[in-house]
Amino acid sequence: MRKHIGLLSQFAIGALFGWGLIISGMSNPQKVLGFLDLAGLWDPSLIFVMAGAILVGLAGFYVVSKRSEAFFGGALHIPTRRDISKPLIIGSFIFGIGWGIAGICPGPALVALGAGYLKAFVFVVAMLVGMRICEKFFTAHKQKPEQP
Amino acid sequence: MHIDWLSFTPIPSLLGGMILGIAAALYVLLHGRILGISGIVSGLLHSKAGDIAWRLSLVLGLLSAPVLAALFFGIRPIVDIESDWYAILLAGLLVGFGAQYGSGCTSGHGICGLSRLSPRSLVATATFMSAGFLTVFAIRHILGA
Repeated sequence: MRKHIGLLSQFAIGALFGWGLIISGMSNPQKVLGFLDLAGLWDPSLIFVMAGAILVGLAGFYVVSKRSEAFFGGALHIPTRRDISKPLIIGSFIFGIGWGIAGICPGPALVALGAGYLKAFVFVVAMLVGMRICEKFFTAHKQKPEQP
Repeated sequence: MHIDWLSFTPIPSLLGGMILGIAAALYVLLHGRILGISGIVSGLLHSKAGDIAWRLSLVLGLLSAPVLAALFFGIRPIVDIESDWYAILLAGLLVGFGAQYGSGCTSGHGICGLSRLSPRSLVATATFMSAGFLTVFAIRHILGA
């Protein structure tokens, strides 16, 4: 029973996150590109999205730092690494290039796919292939992919 | 710098951002995990028993979001994808590869990482934002596409 409620909660949080992307306008790649285009007509909306998210997130992560267990049981899986590694920087830079090309990142890609956009489907398949290539050839020596 | 006042949506963006923050906070409180979409999705590529169902549930929630938003609130998402197929393919590959190699994306590093004041996520976010700015500058103002 608890397991099923846990899965339902996962689903609900996924939907809530998707609504956040839709309401904030971030499910629209053109809006993201409008933010990334500093030299053109600039749309600062993304800053407001980040500010709203981090404001609430700070409180959430502060509360969690006082706890040792998740509500649905089990240990907390919170990354502990603090080193600024080469893969972190190179990977993030490559991610940023891809993000800048189409204005799509993983969350909005799934929302757009759910809304029935064929281009989002192609993006998600390519994204999975990119992840697999990285895993197979670049992080194969590790047991698990790095955590944020 | 010229601000695009017609496209600028401070209030919906702030509200939507707060919803993203609520989702991320609920996720770590209830499930003890970082709400990083790329990490949750890439975990689906390995079939480890007991690890698939929760990831799939979250992904299904995200996929259902537009339909549920239309049903409950009558909101239709604006999704304007102007890139051509080749650009989409290349962008997807780079986003997938980069998120995997850099251990996170806009949600894991950007929202959750900054919310928990992680130095790694701060560096990652600054890096992918800079790369995004440079890429759009190159495409729109150097190549003129």
